Parts: sequence; C-alpha cells; structure tokens
Amino acid sequence: MPVLEGKELRIVGFLCNWCSYGGADTAGVGRFTQPTDLRVIKVPCSGRIDPLFIVKTLMSGADGVLVSGCHPNDCHYAEGNFYARRRLEMLKRFIPMLGIDPDRFDYTWVSASEGQRWQEVVTKFTEQIHKLGPAQKIEGPEAEETLKLMEASL
Amino acid sequence: MKIGVFVCHCGTNIEGTVDTAAVAEAAREFPGVVFATDTMYACSEPGQDEIIDAIKEHKLDGVVVASCTPRMHEPTFRKTLERAGLNRYLFEMANIREHVSWIGKDREANTNKSVDLVRMAAAKLLNNKPLNAKFFDMNKRVMIVGGGVAGIQAALDCADGGLDVILVEKTSSIGGKMAKLDKTFPTVDCSSCILGPRMVDVAQHPNITLYACSEIEEVNGYVGNFSVKVKRKATYVDWDKCTGCGICMEKCPSKKADNPFDEDLGKAPAINIPFPQAIPKKAVIDPNFCIKIKRDKCGVCAKVCPSEAIVYDQVDEFVVEEVGAVVAATGFDLVDWTVYSEYGGGQYPDVITSLQYERMLSASGPTEGHIKRPSDGKEPKNVVFIQCVGSRDKSIGRPYCSGFCCMYTAKQAILTKDHCPDSQSYVFYMDIRSPGKMFDEFTRRAQEEYEARYIRGRVSMIYPQGDKLIVRGADTLMGDQVEVDADLVVLAVGAEAAVGASDLAKKLRISYDAYGFFMEGHPKLKPVETNTAGVFLAGSCQGPKDIPSSVAQGSAAAAKVLAMFAKDQLESDPAVSVVDIKRCIGCGKCISTCPFGAIKEVDFRGQPKAEVIETICQGCGICTATCPQGAIQLQHFTDNQILAEVNAVCRF
Repeated sequence: MPVLEGKELRIVGFLCNWCSYGGADTAGVGRFTQPTDLRVIKVPCSGRIDPLFIVKTLMSGADGVLVSGCHPNDCHYAEGNFYARRRLEMLKRFIPMLGIDPDRFDYTWVSASEGQRWQEVVTKFTEQIHKLGPAQKIEGPEAEETLKLMEASL
Repeated sequence: MKIGVFVCHCGTNIEGTVDTAAVAEAAREFPGVVFATDTMYACSEPGQDEIIDAIKEHKLDGVVVASCTPRMHEPTFRKTLERAGLNRYLFEMANIREHVSWIGKDREANTNKSVDLVRMAAAKLLNNKPLNAKFFDMNKRVMIVGGGVAGIQAALDCADGGLDVILVEKTSSIGGKMAKLDKTFPTVDCSSCILGPRMVDVAQHPNITLYACSEIEEVNGYVGNFSVKVKRKATYVDWDKCTGCGICMEKCPSKKADNPFDEDLGKAPAINIPFPQAIPKKAVIDPNFCIKIKRDKCGVCAKVCPSEAIVYDQVDEFVVEEVGAVVAATGFDLVDWTVYSEYGGGQYPDVITSLQYERMLSASGPTEGHIKRPSDGKEPKNVVFIQCVGSRDKSIGRPYCSGFCCMYTAKQAILTKDHCPDSQSYVFYMDIRSPGKMFDEFTRRAQEEYEARYIRGRVSMIYPQGDKLIVRGADTLMGDQVEVDADLVVLAVGAEAAVGASDLAKKLRISYDAYGFFMEGHPKLKPVETNTAGVFLAGSCQGPKDIPSSVAQGSAAAAKVLAMFAKDQLESDPAVSVVDIKRCIGCGKCISTCPFGAIKEVDFRGQPKAEVIETICQGCGICTATCPQGAIQLQHFTDNQILAEVNAVCRF
C-alpha cells in the first residue's frame, strides 16, 4: 500500500526505548491525537543511533527524520544521550553538504511521562515537513557513490 | 525464514480504527511471510494457543505480532514462542495500538500505517538471530534509601526475610514525616506510639545497618551487583561514644539553630537530638550555629559530655556498599505555601502550615501540645483551615490532588476541639475526598460531632485587623461571600516531590514525572518496580500517599526484592554487544565510551582487541555507534536490523 497520496509524507522516528518510546506510548494511552505520518523505529538508547542511519534514511526517500531520546542527565544508560547530542549536532551541520534540507531532520528530548509533549513534538515536526513537501531524490553518480560508501561503513 | 503475522483486534481498541483483516492480507505479500491472520485478543490464552498452533502447522521460524506496545506484552509473546519451541528473539512486535489506533481516528490512514509498521517488523525479523540468556551471580543485600515509614517497613520486611539491609537516611533520625505527626487519621491514634516501636525494631534488628545523616553519592553497577557510594555527613559527634543523654542540648548556649523537625516553629540548640524517640538517639551539631565551629569559642558541649563524644573537626566520610537491589523511599516535601500572597505569603505569624500545626498539637512539640498563636501565645478561638493549598492548583504547577489533606484537616479539626473545647473550626474546601476505609465516616464526624463548619469555596484573601486575621472567601453552596475573624489560620498544604529527588533519580537511572515523582514500571501492574532492573519504589516518592498506602508499598517493594533474591542466579538479557574480532582494530574507542565498563581489552595473537563482558553489558549500543570499523554490534539491534526497518519504510 503506498503512502496516502497528498495526505501523508514519510517521516521516520528513531526513539529510545526508555524515555521517548515510553512518551509516545503515554501519548497513545492518553489518546492524544497526532498526525499519522510518523513511523517509529525503536532503539535501546539514542546513543545507539549512528548518524549514518539518518543520512541513509533521508537519502532513501524519507521526507523527514525525527530523533528523540531522554532528557540530558536522565539517560537510562547514564550518558548515552550526551553521545547522541554530540553526534546529532554534528550531523545537523553536515546534512546540507549532502544536498538535504537541514529542516528535514530534528532531534528532541521527551521523557516517558511527557505524552502531551510528544503530541506537540510530532505535530509540529509533521507540519514542518508538510511545509517542505516531499523530498526530492538525490540523484547522480556522486549520490550513489555516497550511499555506497555509507553502506560499506555501516 | 518463515514468518507468521498475527494482527490483534484488542477488542475494539485496535479494530475500531484499523482494518486488521486488511493489514493481515497486506502482510501476506511481505518477504518471508508465509502466514498472516487477524485475531481477537492475541495476548489471551486462546490467542497464544493460536500462535503456537500456527507455528507448528506452518513450521514458522519467526513471529510478528501487531498489537500493543512491546513494553507491555513483549515478554508475554516471547514466552509463547518458547512454549512452541522457538527462540524468544525470533519475535518482533508492531505497535499498532499506542502508536496508531489510539492516536488517530482515520481508519484508512491507520490501516496504512499499521501495514507499514508490520512491514518494518517483518523486515527486521528476517535479520534476527536466536539469542540465549546467560546467568550471573548476585549480591543478596539491599539498600533502602529513605527512613520514613515506607522505608522502615521495607527495611524490616527485607531484614525479616533474612536479607542484609542498609538503610540510608539523610536526616539525623529515621521516622520521616510520620514521626512529626501527633495523631493519625481515621483512628486518631498516637503516631509515635505506632511508629516508635517500629523504629526501635530497625535499630535492634541484627540484619539492618542504619546510616543516618547520610546520602547517596554515586551508584554504579547493575541489577544484582550495584556498588553504592554513601556520604556520611559530618555530625561533629562520635556516634560510637554518644549515649543520647542530652546534657549537651541543655547546656548549649546557642539556642538559635533551625529546627526542621518542629517545622521551624521555635529554635533549637546548636547541638541537638531532634525528638525524644529519635533513632539513632545521637546528637548532631549544626555547624552554622555552633559557636565553637564558627568562632572557635565556647566548647561547652565538649566539657559537659560525659562520654567525650564531641569531635569539632569531624569531616564527611564515604563508604561503599555492594548491594543487589535498591529501594527508593525518599518521600515528599510540602509545597512552599509562601507563593500564595493572598494567604499572607509568609507575612502573618498566625498563618501556619498543617505540619506546623501538627507539631503544635504534639506533646513533644515546641508548645508541648498546647495550641498557641505564634504571635502572642494566646489560645485561639476561631481556627480556620484552608484546604487545597498547593494541590489541585494549575496556576502553581501542582494540578494533582495530594490525597491526604482532606483527611488530616478533618483530624486537626477534631483535635482542635479536643484541645480547646471552646474553639470553633472552619474548613474552606473545594471537595471532600475521603475514599479510604472509614474515611468518609471520619470527615462527617468532624462536622457532626465536633461541629467543624465546612464551607465549600476558595478563600480570596486574608488580612490582619487588630490581633485577628480576617479570612474572606466564597461560600459557593450559599452563593454568598463569607468573612471569618480568625485567631489562627492553618493551611492544608499539598505534597510535592522531595528536594533532591531528581538528583537521586539520575544517580539510580530511573525516570520521574513532570512533578518530580518517580515513575513506576507500569501504573497498574508494576506499581513498585521501576524501568531499571533491581531498583524499586516505596511510599510517597512515587506520588502522595497516606500512611497505610506507604506501608503497603514498603512491604510490596520488600516482597519484590525477596522474590528477586529467592533465585540462585539472575538471567542476563542476551541482547548484548559482540565483537567481530576480524574487524576490530583494537582502537579502544568502545572501551572508553561504554558507561558500564563492560568492554575490556584482550590480547589476541599479539594484537589488542575488544571483548564484551556479557553479564555487565546493559545493551545500550553506544559502543556500536562509536566503533569506526563497525566491528562491535549490539545483538538484536544490529546495523542490519535497523537498516532493514529503514528500507522497509522508505520509498526510493
């Protein structure tokens, strides 16, 4: 089944198991209505997220990528989100060099109790992606080379 | 791999907004899927049997269940797979309830999203490998943080169960808030008469080590093997020698120290034992008020102490305790009522808090059980109680009900009449919430038998007039304004998370909610567990609780600890990192980033290589994202598994 034409875009969310996935669950339990575009990939910790996952996701056709972990200092694994923050901050600056609109990527912190905050984050990010519209395919030999190199290093 | 997909209706929870049959039909086309169906309740016994039958009939080697959050039923379905003879890691869940059916009503969009989530789960599952748990030893000792009534109960139950217990309390005596109370509701029995003997039990129990005046400095390790560094704060008194005779208190010339036990009603000597039943009954010097420590004069306590216990140059000490489980029982604090300027915001001496009033009612309190106005020491005639101060109030960020204020206000109204038979109590309330056993009868007794006047409405302002306080408020039942000449105003303050609770949560790596209360593992089914294995909760640190609930939860936490320790060994989660020794270049980056010290360097034919210590690895995967070679992979969340999910959802 294809993405609902004109209604939905492809947004991928990388969520840490302990805080943000829990926060998304809390939002669900609280029946907080959200846009349906986001597809969640659960990872144990935001520190597990290799920035190349995000690049790969965006180059593979996602229209947006949202990463969410525990608030700084609240990490279930003590310091995973600090590693995540450093890596993702670097990535933010690096993304435009690949020809990707940096607004298609964002990262945030949502705790397991913050269902309402999760609703706000998802709604805002989805609106932002809808404003940008569907992503253009990055084509050409250079892009293919980048993808190949990236896959090799993962 | 042959995959079976089960799409759960969850009654109407999912089926109401997702076409589960269509999801199952779509799933049949996914790579690897040989069987797909929708099912009413996948987690029920017939639901699980259906999965087992399908595994056998279709010779499945992997299962996807599309239902609720894996945080709820992943363990359930993993067991189902094991019962059918499959490895429990050949299972994936697609969360189509919390993440789909409950957050939108558009059936087409929800069905579409569910299909995507199942596609992602199936794609990941194709890359799953069977994993088998390892077993490891544990240290069967438990640390209880906080010596209030919940912590005391947990400590006694654990100790009676044969465990070595370390009870850490930050103040100089255990007892917590309950020790400050005069009476308890709804029986109006003496608080310290019930709690006192329990406190003595703690002191005398051979299995309990009590660290008073101590705080948690650092927590390392993991379930079964925590290593906790405890700061034993300087008390300037050698507790091995101090007999608690109290002569130092009598003779101390500085009588201006803060008196937190009496809620700062009155002052205390600089060397102090907080109350007669204190456990341990040992003196502590407040260095901010001790003349000897501040100005190197005085030294009276050292001169009068018969056991030569005074040590003016004592410093903080640190001890490290190895334990297998930790129970957090750090309790609550009262909301700072001075934010309410309409109630006088701390300006009028005759506006006091409920806990201050409680100290005043107590025979061992600052007024020896006599109700006296702080301003002039006179006995009040009209006492006004104002409820919901700092609870059910969005404007100060405390929208929750603290639960016990209605009851203690009724108790205090009753006690007021007992202490001063000529007095009249007024209670301004929003609702009366008294759902416990004998609670409603109790609040009615306060009104009917003790003639407390209950007025439904908020107080808009309090201002002084002569030596009285005028309390102006609304009576919403009469639809009228009321004014009461009060001699004393008692604010029924609500509860908030204890100061420093968030710091402790960070040290224990547990979560807390927006108000700072610690989060339980599941609001219904795991009320005393946290999401961090081996860390349990008791009492008001999880949310405001009265004494019976705190005691019940203390016992429940103890039961959980004892159940955990009843096993000989703990099972480790096999989803840990592994090193591909051929790819590893021995750079050591994983070793330095691992928060748990779970990776060590080993020598492999003269080359340095990384090796994971399986029982220590907690499965965060920080190392995997760090390794420049992709040589260390977190099992069950490998790069290939995550990218398989990405590929399943992306369109180019």
